[in-house]
Amino acid sequence: MADQTLPIHGSLDLTPPREGESTWLETLHSWVITVDHKKLGLMYMMLAIFFLLVGGAEVLLIRIQLAVPNNHLISPQVFNRLFTMHGTTMVFLVGMPLVFAWANYIIPLQIGARDMAFPRLNAFSFWLTAFGALLLYFSFLGGAGLYGMGNAPDVTWWAYAPLTARAFSPGNATDYWALALLVTGFGTLGGAINIIATTFSMRCKGMTLMRMPLFTWLLLVDSGLLLVTITPLTAAQVMLLLDRYLGAHFFDTQAGGQAILWMHFFWIFGHPEVYVLVFPAFAIASEVIPVFSRKAIFGYPAMVAAGVGIGFVSLGVWAHHMFTVGMTSAGNAFFVLSTMLVGIPTGIKIFNWVATMWGGKLRFATPMLFSTAFLFQFLAAGLTGIMLSVAPWNWQLHGSYFVIAHFHYVLVGAIVFMVFAGIYYWFPKATGRMMDEKLGKWHFWLFLIGFHVTFDTMHFLGFEGMPRWIYTYPADRGWDHLNLVVSIGGLIQGVAVLIFAYNLVSSLFKGKIAGNDPWDAWTLEWSTASPPPVYNFATDPVVHSRRPLWDIKHPEDPDWKYE
Amino acid sequence: MSATAIPLVPGGHEQTWHRPSRGRVGMYCLIIGECAIFTIFVVAYVFYIGKSLNGPTPAQVLEVPIFNTICLLSSSVTIWLAERAIERGILRTFGLWWAATIALGVIFLIGTGLEWYKLIYHDGLTIRTNLFGTTFYSIVGLHATHVVVGLTMLLLVLLFTLTGHVREEHSERIQVLALYWHFVDAVWVVVFTVVYIVGR
Repeated sequence: MADQTLPIHGSLDLTPPREGESTWLETLHSWVITVDHKKLGLMYMMLAIFFLLVGGAEVLLIRIQLAVPNNHLISPQVFNRLFTMHGTTMVFLVGMPLVFAWANYIIPLQIGARDMAFPRLNAFSFWLTAFGALLLYFSFLGGAGLYGMGNAPDVTWWAYAPLTARAFSPGNATDYWALALLVTGFGTLGGAINIIATTFSMRCKGMTLMRMPLFTWLLLVDSGLLLVTITPLTAAQVMLLLDRYLGAHFFDTQAGGQAILWMHFFWIFGHPEVYVLVFPAFAIASEVIPVFSRKAIFGYPAMVAAGVGIGFVSLGVWAHHMFTVGMTSAGNAFFVLSTMLVGIPTGIKIFNWVATMWGGKLRFATPMLFSTAFLFQFLAAGLTGIMLSVAPWNWQLHGSYFVIAHFHYVLVGAIVFMVFAGIYYWFPKATGRMMDEKLGKWHFWLFLIGFHVTFDTMHFLGFEGMPRWIYTYPADRGWDHLNLVVSIGGLIQGVAVLIFAYNLVSSLFKGKIAGNDPWDAWTLEWSTASPPPVYNFATDPVVHSRRPLWDIKHPEDPDWKYE
Repeated sequence: MSATAIPLVPGGHEQTWHRPSRGRVGMYCLIIGECAIFTIFVVAYVFYIGKSLNGPTPAQVLEVPIFNTICLLSSSVTIWLAERAIERGILRTFGLWWAATIALGVIFLIGTGLEWYKLIYHDGLTIRTNLFGTTFYSIVGLHATHVVVGLTMLLLVLLFTLTGHVREEHSERIQVLALYWHFVDAVWVVVFTVVYIVGR
């Protein structure tokens, strides 16, 4: 750190806080009625972490059931509910809230704004998400419906027709699925609109679009993608509810309708959705890797272009989830090629992250450990994805554990790893305290080992022919040892997450005081206090380059001379 | 900006700092999202043309709603005239054109209601009759719902106008709201073409 010119003179309010603050009821009230982007971002984060634990518990039950052959610990009906709720929870109640947790907390701070463009819409969107989550989980109690059948949804997270027709899913389980996701879907739409309006309309002076931090850029692209991703699901779910309640025939084969229409509509949502979930991982990597390599990100314009490219191409690949339904050869070929195409901009990003590290002064603090693992794992996930994009290969492995291994490599190996990296990185900013490095390293190594024990093995389970969605399997298939190994890896990951949870809570009270800028970073959020005051910046920042804090700390060598 | 900490800045770029209005950006985003929802319903409609197993066909029961369409599309013109009026601060003219827009929208809704009455009670077409019924009522109904939401907003603004709360400085917000109304009309052009021209 060169000149100690931070914090910017006059940027901090030095009025001491009031003595004898608030009762716990007043504090709770202030959180419930808040429209402040920082509080809402933290609430989204707490929602996501809570449901990560719930979804994790669901899968641990699944793994215990599958650890040995011919197991009857859990009945097939309960098993179906568990994997449906696991998938639905992880995508809609963990992955999506995380997008908004990151965006809401960090974007205004990175662009030098006081809050999001629409603070009340922000609060409304959060509470829609929270109540949608409650509605989904209420199904465990209330799903019995009129005929005393049904419970939590058990139709898999993609709820194919005609299984979801009233004839085949009596009771209200499917209705809870559709309604809860309709509610959270509106929250998602509000959140995406907010992010786009904020990024376009609230940037501080001097911050042109090409000077925004990559984190903000990638979440902007993510939100644009969300506008046309979540809405097809909303439309399809309205159609499903019309079928179930008003006797419509959208997916009713008896009346000439076609179940495949649901598949197309769902995957037109479902594929871009997984890109929506992974963009925050890209965004966090693009902040953490440069700071811990002590080098600006390699190829900023290419990273922006690649992000936009991924967004567009991801809209055209959906039927690679449907290679086995019997589309024409031309149809199959189109989706093979479009899926392979998306590997190009993705590869550019991976190259650029590696090029950022190349020749840099690497510092392997916990965020960087998770980011490095992310690079390897995301690459591997992309490669198995390209394998699956080859239609004949897909015909062999569709519906097998190879597919589960592939997408968990992305969801856990890329996304969850970067979630941890992001939390270790920005926890000091949000709370003013550092997380414990030693516990962080235990968390990292245990989680890494558990992850690979589970998901590397799972690829081979797929090769051995084990199908998805089965609640048990016979002993003579050769799947027993592999399944046991997979389950043990799951338990190891569970332990690692518990260490993380302990670290999170204990650092809140006993963590080392962080100061403004513990990592010597370069974006605007590190110029204000930790935690930031409610107004973020006492004076509106003015920036001249992509790394405003570098310019301040190194006035003899500012970035704007080179950009 | 603090003079003590910021060093030599790049040579005077004294251009004004332009950013789009957040209301306008927000409304365009909402419109894009809504277009995606309508696209899915249009795809379903087109996919199921001619596929009904029974029951009335479009050619048998649909009458092209020319009058209704003229009313709705004219309401885009009247709202545009209202926008121009408030931009120039002529609030009385604004109020009149705004009220005309609402009236035309209400006429459209009444026309849709009459059409549906005929279809249900005279032709026996409901949402569960066949694929045509399913896709017709859902897409026209979705559009009509957006008309209702739009009219509600327009009515609120009319109320505020009549009580004297709307002034020239609100013209930007009026334009954002008018954008939604224009979107509703544009969707009708698409729905009309697909249902009454292509699908009949």
